[in-house]
Amino acid sequence: MPIPIKDDPMVDYDPSSPQVMNAFYRRLFPYRPFFLWLNQDHAPAKLFTHREFAFTLAGDVYIRYNSFHSADDFKKELLRLNPSRFEIGPQYSARPRDRKTLAAGALQPQRRELVFDIDMTDYDEIRTCCTDKKICKRCWGYIAAAVKVLDQTLRETFGFKHLLWVYSGRRGIHCWISDSQALDLNDDQRKAIVTFLEVIKGSKEQMKKVNVRGSNGEAPLHPFLEDTLQTLKFDFARVCLEEQDCFRSERGWETLLSLLPQDRDITGTLRNLWQSDPGRSSSDKWHDLQSRVAPLEDSDQHKTFRRYQRAMQDIILQYTYPRIDSEVSKHRNHLLKSPFCIHPGTGRVCIPVNPSLVDEFDPDTVPTVGELLSQLDHLPSEEEQKGRKIEDYEHTSLKPYVEMFEKHVAAILRDTRALKVKEESMEF
Amino acid sequence: MFKPSTRHNIPAGSSSAALEVKLNKRHFSFGEQEQSSRYRHRLNFYSKPPSLDITIDEFESFAIARLRVLSYIESLSHRSLPYQQFSSTVATYLKQHLPLASNTARNVDLEAERRKDEIGHWVLRLAFCRSPDLRARFVRSEVALFKHRFETDDFVERAEFLRSLKFDWELVDETEKMSSASQLRTCLGQGKEDTFKVESWFKVPWWTVPDLVGSRRVFIKGGMAYVPQSLQLSLVLQAFAARLERALEITAKNLPRLDEDERLGPVIEHLAASFLSGIGTSDFQPSENNAAVTAEMVDDVARKHFPPCMRNLYDRLKRDSHLKHFGRLQLGLFLKGIGLPLDEAIVFWRKMYGSTMSDDKFNKEYKYNIRHGYGQEGKRTNYPPRSCQQILTQNQPGTQDTHGCPFRHFSPETLSSFLLSTYPTLDRSSNDLKEIMDSVKNSHYHLSCTRVFELTHGIKKGEGLGSGESVTHPNKWTERSRDLEK
Ligand code: SF4
Ligand SMILES: [Zn+2]
Repeated sequence: MPIPIKDDPMVDYDPSSPQVMNAFYRRLFPYRPFFLWLNQDHAPAKLFTHREFAFTLAGDVYIRYNSFHSADDFKKELLRLNPSRFEIGPQYSARPRDRKTLAAGALQPQRRELVFDIDMTDYDEIRTCCTDKKICKRCWGYIAAAVKVLDQTLRETFGFKHLLWVYSGRRGIHCWISDSQALDLNDDQRKAIVTFLEVIKGSKEQMKKVNVRGSNGEAPLHPFLEDTLQTLKFDFARVCLEEQDCFRSERGWETLLSLLPQDRDITGTLRNLWQSDPGRSSSDKWHDLQSRVAPLEDSDQHKTFRRYQRAMQDIILQYTYPRIDSEVSKHRNHLLKSPFCIHPGTGRVCIPVNPSLVDEFDPDTVPTVGELLSQLDHLPSEEEQKGRKIEDYEHTSLKPYVEMFEKHVAAILRDTRALKVKEESMEF
Repeated sequence: MFKPSTRHNIPAGSSSAALEVKLNKRHFSFGEQEQSSRYRHRLNFYSKPPSLDITIDEFESFAIARLRVLSYIESLSHRSLPYQQFSSTVATYLKQHLPLASNTARNVDLEAERRKDEIGHWVLRLAFCRSPDLRARFVRSEVALFKHRFETDDFVERAEFLRSLKFDWELVDETEKMSSASQLRTCLGQGKEDTFKVESWFKVPWWTVPDLVGSRRVFIKGGMAYVPQSLQLSLVLQAFAARLERALEITAKNLPRLDEDERLGPVIEHLAASFLSGIGTSDFQPSENNAAVTAEMVDDVARKHFPPCMRNLYDRLKRDSHLKHFGRLQLGLFLKGIGLPLDEAIVFWRKMYGSTMSDDKFNKEYKYNIRHGYGQEGKRTNYPPRSCQQILTQNQPGTQDTHGCPFRHFSPETLSSFLLSTYPTLDRSSNDLKEIMDSVKNSHYHLSCTRVFELTHGIKKGEGLGSGESVTHPNKWTERSRDLEK
């Protein structure tokens, strides 16, 4: 085996090494905005002090029910334990760390950001470029479409304002909603919003995974799905027809045919056509379908037309609608990996993602802990830094992400402050 | 704007008022004027506590009547009947146990019915406020009961009742209705144009109607759900549930004060326990042909015929001369089930507590409880012995408790040494013990228990309690075991 030539200094920084993680926690982790984000206030409040943190240590040791008095307290423990990653739970009715001294049942989850988790695993059956743990810019297109739709629905339909999208470090993305209404939702209410949002259902064996038109399958789409569909049409064309070319292979187009009404005139001729021309692209095939369905609209076969139209809309949804991991969102006590953790496998930082630029996001360009630390190696010395004290992260490519996070946190704080003022004024 | 979470809509202070119970030897009736002003409507949100100046008998009998109804509704709702059938079955049952007539009814003592309904509800709050689990079940069945009554209420009276609640739901004005017309129409379903024209909508925060959101039956925009009048029931039920939940939490905090009256404590505990054990649906009927057991005989029967859970309780009781509450309940009802009559039970318990307890204390604190368990106090409800299912899943034992099922609630080490020392015929080195422990590991407690029964009674594997029946009730173990001895 040839010995690799180490011309690149970042090769030295292995995310599984304790020293690397320690350097990251010591010098780069954005404690201040992180604390404010969870706490929503400057003085430590229950949202922070009664909050559960769970740490994963080397060797898969998992410590739950940690809680902290302050950001400093948190930092100290983080440096001491030096976890490979950590997760955030809800604010409990008491400090989780005291749980052994509490009466049974006294530790109840109370408030918690509403969270969503989208993972590439759920897209394996419809992506053609990568498998398993791999992800590339092309299959990211699915995640991007999901983020756009979910972001739009959560804001416009549900009226949430403070959404933080966070890259999970490998194959997925998380969303944290910090609006005070979101924090207050109980589990039933969380379940309701998840059921509302959940469109893709069914096991691997089940072909048709979209059933959103009532029991007879003919009811009109809920208005939010109608809106969603308008957005997803474009993603479907770009991601599924162009980039993924979902229907090129025989398995691909057979799936497509199986999702259509079984009508020999149309599906039968399409099958013949596609069998005889194996090179036909997905766009061509979709076009073949459209051109056979369109003429029916103004004919005496209007009913058939409507059936096909519905089926085609459902196909667009099945291929592009967000596939959320619903269990994560339903329960307040579910733990979710914190932003700005390092993914132990890839070394990439779980950075915030701007949902309006999510199409341009490329998982391969996300800074790794190694890159960041080697950027720190080239720091200008103390004397060169005149004026204000510059934080370490500002010298690295983490900077724009921390700034984005700070902006997000500032907006939350503005709102909580306004809410407080209003509550106080109402008391008089 | 609205305050977040389900708390919205709760008038300050209404549900936080505590219930005061003053027990009275004789029946006390309300003054005339108060009656008519208190129960103007058939439906009740139970927001103001009644003055409970009543006899203990009323206290318990009202509660038990309601408890029967709630249990009944709960068990019906597990059977997923078509709604029509559900509703008519409930109606028949209610008529018998907890009738509640409308204002126009003749020849009915409306006051008495409504008072009974109200008091029963408030007493059960005391019994069910204690754990989040009980609270949730109570709320669920109360909501189902309320829903049934709401749907069957007189149209005019119902409208009046709703007006009296003074909800602050925001009405969607005509301009907004028109600007969202297509979305509203879509959500209305198969609606024809005229339905849409006459329909009106309330605008409420989406989280106050989670069921409508989950089923996508409402249009939602900017966090507000547009609820058509035709779905108003959801709003009302949600408000009912939210207020009740909150009230129960408050009651739970105030409860200790109530235990001061020593006569109420046991009643309340038994109420909760019998809800958990499915009152009225006892699944164990003692057979006639087993001879009665006397206090003297218990020790012998225990050695030969007790299942592990009861052996454990009995051995502990012998050793410590004491059992904690749930242990007493579990063993006591079991003994009743094997045919230990009340007077013998008193002798038995007196003997077991021995000199650690004064006669005075025993008579005051324990005798009433025993008599109560036999239905000889209060409302004379015959509380059924608990099934394995109940023992396995309810009132999980804490570290100081002895009740529960050894297969489920012991650590594997404790369990195997307990089994070996309790049933000397079991062989440590044989494959049987391993098999038993494996079933436990897979949470098949019944199988383990059945296997122990087979091994200790020299019965072929798979025979169980006869024709392959597995152990589902401790009393069935004992009954079969005594039959085999004959
Ligand atoms: S399975 Fe039933 S009878 Fe056997 S020990 Fe457990 S509770 Fe008792
Ligand atoms: Zn890919």
